[in-house]
Amino acid sequence: MQIHFVVHDEGDSVGVVVVEGLKAGTRLNGWIMDQDKMMEFDSKSDIPIGHKLAIRSIAKGDTIMKYGTDIGRAVADIGAGEHLHVHNVKTKRW
Amino acid sequence: MGLNLRDASFEGWRRENGRMGVRNHVIILPVDDLSNAAAEAVANNIKGALAIPHAYGRLQFGADLDLHFRTLIGTGTNPNVAGVIVIGIEPGWTGKIVEGIAKSGKPVEGFAIEQNGDISTIASASRAAYRLVKHASKLKKSKAPLVELWVSTKCGESDTTSGLASCPTVGNSYDKLWANGNTLVFGETTELTGGEHLVAARCKTPEIRTQFMAMFDRYQRVVEANKTSDLSDSQPTKGNIEGGLTTIEEKALGNITKIGKKCTVDGVLDKAEVPTHSGLWFMDSSSAAAEMVTLCAASGFAVHTFPTGQGNVIGNPILPVIKLTANPRTQRTMSEHIDVDVTGLLQKQMNMDEAGEALLDCILRTADGELTAAELLGHREFSLTRLYESA
Repeated sequence: MQIHFVVHDEGDSVGVVVVEGLKAGTRLNGWIMDQDKMMEFDSKSDIPIGHKLAIRSIAKGDTIMKYGTDIGRAVADIGAGEHLHVHNVKTKRW
Repeated sequence: MGLNLRDASFEGWRRENGRMGVRNHVIILPVDDLSNAAAEAVANNIKGALAIPHAYGRLQFGADLDLHFRTLIGTGTNPNVAGVIVIGIEPGWTGKIVEGIAKSGKPVEGFAIEQNGDISTIASASRAAYRLVKHASKLKKSKAPLVELWVSTKCGESDTTSGLASCPTVGNSYDKLWANGNTLVFGETTELTGGEHLVAARCKTPEIRTQFMAMFDRYQRVVEANKTSDLSDSQPTKGNIEGGLTTIEEKALGNITKIGKKCTVDGVLDKAEVPTHSGLWFMDSSSAAAEMVTLCAASGFAVHTFPTGQGNVIGNPILPVIKLTANPRTQRTMSEHIDVDVTGLLQKQMNMDEAGEALLDCILRTADGELTAAELLGHREFSLTRLYESA
């Protein structure tokens, strides 16, 4: 079975797309690495390889979790399955 | 699987100071930018001699000059180097570097251009290089246990696959090498931002933790004083962002997986400082690939591991750089730059122990003399770290 995205920890907000040319509306297989569990999900955006998709609904101002750790804050609402990157998430540092 | 590291060995060159090297370079080392042309001419005259040109060495002062000397002396002292010709514009600083390298017991000779001119200097230095290469070519390899191999790490053109797989692969091998008693280093001070607490928690003693945090905080003040935007327009880099990394915290958390899960941070080093005992060292250093790898070479490391996401192509003149990637697009488009393919990790076709062992196997083969991708492609990036303006 092809894995389309990988999540570090089940508490994370995001998964990383690990295949090329992912289109919106694709049924995705996700692998949660730390707990070694699988999940299914629908993509809502075209997402390049290496980029992230939200695996839950995120409101503007929410903390984004990855590696079970705070990696920044949402600067816009982000729907589950949408592309999450520099256009809707910023660092809390610097 | 089950590589027994205690029994693992490699064949390299035992240097005068007891350290084991895995390459046998004779280098032509300019003291300053003005001496690059002569150094390159000497290397062109004598086959097997390697010039290491660079951009600096004039009108530096204070801590910045100390770092310049320490980096050049460390480069010459590195066990992958059999002998050194130093060429400078004038005899004073040239002599300082010769003297520093000579402390290792290694053959080294210095030449100054003023009052001689390039042509005479090149002639004299070429004769010396001829003798040194002849000498180096006669040195026999000997066997040493793996524990004598100093291994460094730094990642580059990172993306999200770096943190998922290629950096943890280095971490897995570091855990094993650390348990074996090897000497290891990591650094990239600003690239720990957002995960500095995780590194602090791994420091072996409260003293080391205090030293680490002082280095981290000092670098943060440099960023704060000079930043141009929320991301400082540089961290993450444009390449990191293209690869899917969104914030410095996310980049840092991936980066930190290179130190594995078990190693403690057993000491801290200033730039180009040489470790005084085995274990894992943190070196306060730039996160720019060529600068950091140059500093690792100057600290005496003999093999470097370099995870990449988007495909950094770096090498070093004297330190073999082993590259690994977990990004299937990078593996597909840039395979000539990659020594260890760990893309299988992301499809559960390989587990982390298998990936760590594949890297250890490549480290051993490289130590035995197998050329890395960067060596085959002629990548010899040598970048000196500067602390501030010249006088």
